[in-house]
Amino acid sequence: MTQVTDAPTTGLDECLAQCRELLSTPVGEIAAAWKRSHPGGKVVGCFPVYTPVELIHASGALPLGVIGGGNQLEIAHADARFQSFVCSIIKSTLELGLIEKLNDIDCMFFQSICDPARNLSSVFKRNFPQMTVEYAHLPQAMGSRWALDYLVSEYRRLLAILEKLVGHPVTDDDLRRSIASYNRARSLVRRLYEIRRTEPERLSLTESYVLTRAGTLMPVEDHIRLLEKALVGLSQRSAKPKDRIRVITEGTFCEQPPLELLEAIEEAGCYVLDDDLLQGWRWFLDDLSLDVPPLQALAQGYLNGGVYSGTKHDTREPKAKHLIDKVAAMKADAVIILAAKFCEPALFDYALYKQALERQEIPHLLLEFDEKMWVFDRIRTEVETFVESMLFE
Amino acid sequence: MAEQAQKTYEAQMHLIQREMMAKYFDELTRLSEGESGYPVHMLVSGNPVELIRAFDMVPVYPEVNALQIAVKKQALPFIQKAEELGYSIDNCAYVKADIGCFFEGRKAPFGTIPLPSLILCNYVGCNVYLQWFEHLAEYTGAPVFNLDVPFLRTDSEEPSAEDITYVVKQLEELIEVCERLTGKSLDHKKLERIVALSGETGELWSKVKELTQRQPSPFDAYFDSVTLMAPLYCLRGTEECVQFFEVAYKELLEKADAGAGPLPEERFRFVIEGPPPWPYLRIFREMFSKWGAVAVASTYSTVGGLWEFGFRHDSAHPLESIARHMLQWNLTNRSLLHRYQQIRRYVEDWSADALIIHSVKSCRLFSAGQGDMREYFTKELGVPTLLIESDLEDPRYFSEAQMRNRIDAFFESLEHKRIIARAAGS
Repeated sequence: MTQVTDAPTTGLDECLAQCRELLSTPVGEIAAAWKRSHPGGKVVGCFPVYTPVELIHASGALPLGVIGGGNQLEIAHADARFQSFVCSIIKSTLELGLIEKLNDIDCMFFQSICDPARNLSSVFKRNFPQMTVEYAHLPQAMGSRWALDYLVSEYRRLLAILEKLVGHPVTDDDLRRSIASYNRARSLVRRLYEIRRTEPERLSLTESYVLTRAGTLMPVEDHIRLLEKALVGLSQRSAKPKDRIRVITEGTFCEQPPLELLEAIEEAGCYVLDDDLLQGWRWFLDDLSLDVPPLQALAQGYLNGGVYSGTKHDTREPKAKHLIDKVAAMKADAVIILAAKFCEPALFDYALYKQALERQEIPHLLLEFDEKMWVFDRIRTEVETFVESMLFE
Repeated sequence: MAEQAQKTYEAQMHLIQREMMAKYFDELTRLSEGESGYPVHMLVSGNPVELIRAFDMVPVYPEVNALQIAVKKQALPFIQKAEELGYSIDNCAYVKADIGCFFEGRKAPFGTIPLPSLILCNYVGCNVYLQWFEHLAEYTGAPVFNLDVPFLRTDSEEPSAEDITYVVKQLEELIEVCERLTGKSLDHKKLERIVALSGETGELWSKVKELTQRQPSPFDAYFDSVTLMAPLYCLRGTEECVQFFEVAYKELLEKADAGAGPLPEERFRFVIEGPPPWPYLRIFREMFSKWGAVAVASTYSTVGGLWEFGFRHDSAHPLESIARHMLQWNLTNRSLLHRYQQIRRYVEDWSADALIIHSVKSCRLFSAGQGDMREYFTKELGVPTLLIESDLEDPRYFSEAQMRNRIDAFFESLEHKRIIARAAGS
């Protein structure tokens, strides 16, 4: 584990240990444990990138991130359904279902992020008839006057499906309470990112990641308590800056890399000031409004208050602008494009990012990863070489 | 023998097709050389070309350009050019060939591709389309309009009222864009006439497709459909397109009535799923012809529209009918499970012996999950199914010997089953 401090921060260490344990627990077991303590409760699996989790929470169901199988799962059946040129998260998520590790998940939400994810929702529907499988179409016409109305209607459709699943109606007050809770959790996560941006020596990428990822695996109220405790611990932590380059990573919005890979990047000599890991769970740049009808607040947030994403095609500005601006604003030295193998959205974005970064003379490195990888020496060497080329140039 | 039979069938429809496609590409070349006009880059799959034609704007289809580059075996240098720019070996090769060609002077095999006045991303299903056009917009600086078409995502196969309203409203926004660009108001009568022509074309195309239910099938619904698909997509909504389909239907009907097919003997009827390997089309076809195997239906021939199950453009409701075409009646905006049912209907109503799945790396919309499709057809329906892999554009993914072995083994086994069944029946 990355050591960033020599000061005692017991509360923080406890939080981090709890997160790591949760991350190594199979998602199906987390669902089963929650259902034992919530008899009759329903669990809704959320496939990346962005799911409107507030709707699920407001219905009383548990939104649970189903984000692939990591590097502890062997693919034995799903590769007969999806070909070798399809990314790992599609196959590992299906594998979890085929080996009956998702039996405690009552419903799965997929969104319009890419072609394989869309087809996976169909394959889920056919292979797991006992599960409610829903596919949401998130708009791509950001400039249209009608996108907001459409998205509100799509959320209303999803809400009706959830109401049927839980067996009772969901009110606007339920939705507002959920929005308020997620506003609080997201603001705390934004605080973690602020610390990394301003004092990266105080909080490592891996630590910030496990604290964020834990939020995909527990009720939001628990996540808020966890983050509050971790932030108190962090405020007492001090650390001396090391001789590292300051980088931003991009391209990791869907399939997630193993923790060892994140550690390897840091240990090779990088402070990672910002990233797009678990982007969908952090989506909004600010709190959602509690003063407008809740579905409208969520839809407005998606269309106009959200992050720039490889799966949201906002043609109102050039693709690489947000990245170039971020490099300048954070005074970053370089960009690492951390793209999942076979991820078409990330790999297409890379082509435009590369050309824009070269025009701006911003050093950059492309690293392709696979969630299943478990040998990191080659990537570590690659990053070390990149860092050295910058430090000793 | 079979090969020879294919080559000798050259009817009037082929001559008309070549002439009208040449005329279309000449127009593109003239626009690229400075003739005044409004080229609109758009996508084949479920599109509002009727609206574009109502403004006398000219549709340009990067997919068609990529396809022709592949057929003419010119794709690899363009793909490599795009890879030099930063595109991955794992990105869709249609996009790479088109973008490589763009940076190498925009000279496609049949004409020069003009710079767009408008980039109309009529995003229908395929997410790669969004990226392709996002990139073209950056490279050309042309205005871009994302026409967002909600995916057909419910079991009912019907779009919701909200989905239809959303698309119709965006079409109205598109009309405003076209009016600003051309300085002309939309002529509603003209739009109705064009939509009516598309309706007639759909009717004729549908009748053409019904002919392959005959035994023998008068033409190959995969390899020969290509001849008909070019005018259907590039020239739909014009008088000459309707005339072409009238001739095609007449000639193919005569063939069907005479009991003639594309091969000397039709021994196997198959349904085929997935786009063709364009750089090796002839070799690929021959792998089936040698077995007397004819495609009687293909999903590929429905990427730009699915008319055989009854959809027709309706001039009484032009915008709603264009919206329905995009939302519901084309392959790419329908789910994988809808596609299973489409294929099942083909197997049953077109009396097919087998399903061939041609899995292409480039197009994950088509291919991702085709292993599940094989599972469904073999295990649940008992339809003999073969899954083969290559690509629609990138010649590096075509392994001729392996492909041939797998196809031979499949038809040998079908033949063997037939002999056994006959023996058991006698």
